[in-house]
Amino acid sequence: MTAAAQLTNVMKTLADPTRRAVFERIAREGEIAATGLVKGSKVSQPAVSQHLRALRDAGLVTERRDGRHVHYRVAPKGLAPLVDWLGHYRAFWNERFENLERLLKETER
Amino acid sequence: MSETHAITIEKVLPYGPEKIWRTLTSSEMIARWLMPNDFAAIVGHRFNFRTKPIGDWDGVVHCEVLEADPPRLLSYSWKGGSDANPAFGSRLNSTVTWTLTPVEGGTHLQMVHDGFEFPGNRFAFDAMGPGWGRALDRIGELTAED
Repeated sequence: MTAAAQLTNVMKTLADPTRRAVFERIAREGEIAATGLVKGSKVSQPAVSQHLRALRDAGLVTERRDGRHVHYRVAPKGLAPLVDWLGHYRAFWNERFENLERLLKETER
Repeated sequence: MSETHAITIEKVLPYGPEKIWRTLTSSEMIARWLMPNDFAAIVGHRFNFRTKPIGDWDGVVHCEVLEADPPRLLSYSWKGGSDANPAFGSRLNSTVTWTLTPVEGGTHLQMVHDGFEFPGNRFAFDAMGPGWGRALDRIGELTAED
């Protein structure tokens, strides 16, 4: 997947409030089984499964199978596309700020 | 619900606010440190910055002067990019604000680029600082110990 597609995918995936709630619950719990996620929420089991699939496909969570149970964790690099996006602009402005300083110095005379 | 986040850069420069203001507001000067443009420091003036096209984005940043209070405050909207683009060329609906404050030995110059919209609430953002992955792992460990 290209960086663009990844960023779009992460944003689209987390734009859904219910799905985001599932993601945040997983992050809070560290690791949680799908059954545990269903138990503690008002969302139906098929809906939770669907959100988990979307989160997994976007690289936001990883799963671990243990017998009949599937456990979910937040993927360490899952939010990296968002961080990169901001990082690019930060680098951009740092560079332009340096240009600005250089120009001010040049025009001192 | 989306949250917006900002990039802030600030520095004390050894020049008076008037001199810095000229560099921030003269179209010719802006072209030399930022990008080619048709800027004018008039509230309501619409202008563009032009950079190299990236992917689906034509490289044009659409802006409008929101505030111009020489030599203290300048802000303009900053819209551009494409949904299909990564990082720098990505769609953005944001605001750039320059604040100049006279201080001993020069001017404190601050630039705030605000409006980076992240899906997710404070928790998601807090988790995104440096080492956020480790922080989440730590939360996991603590929960496991509980």
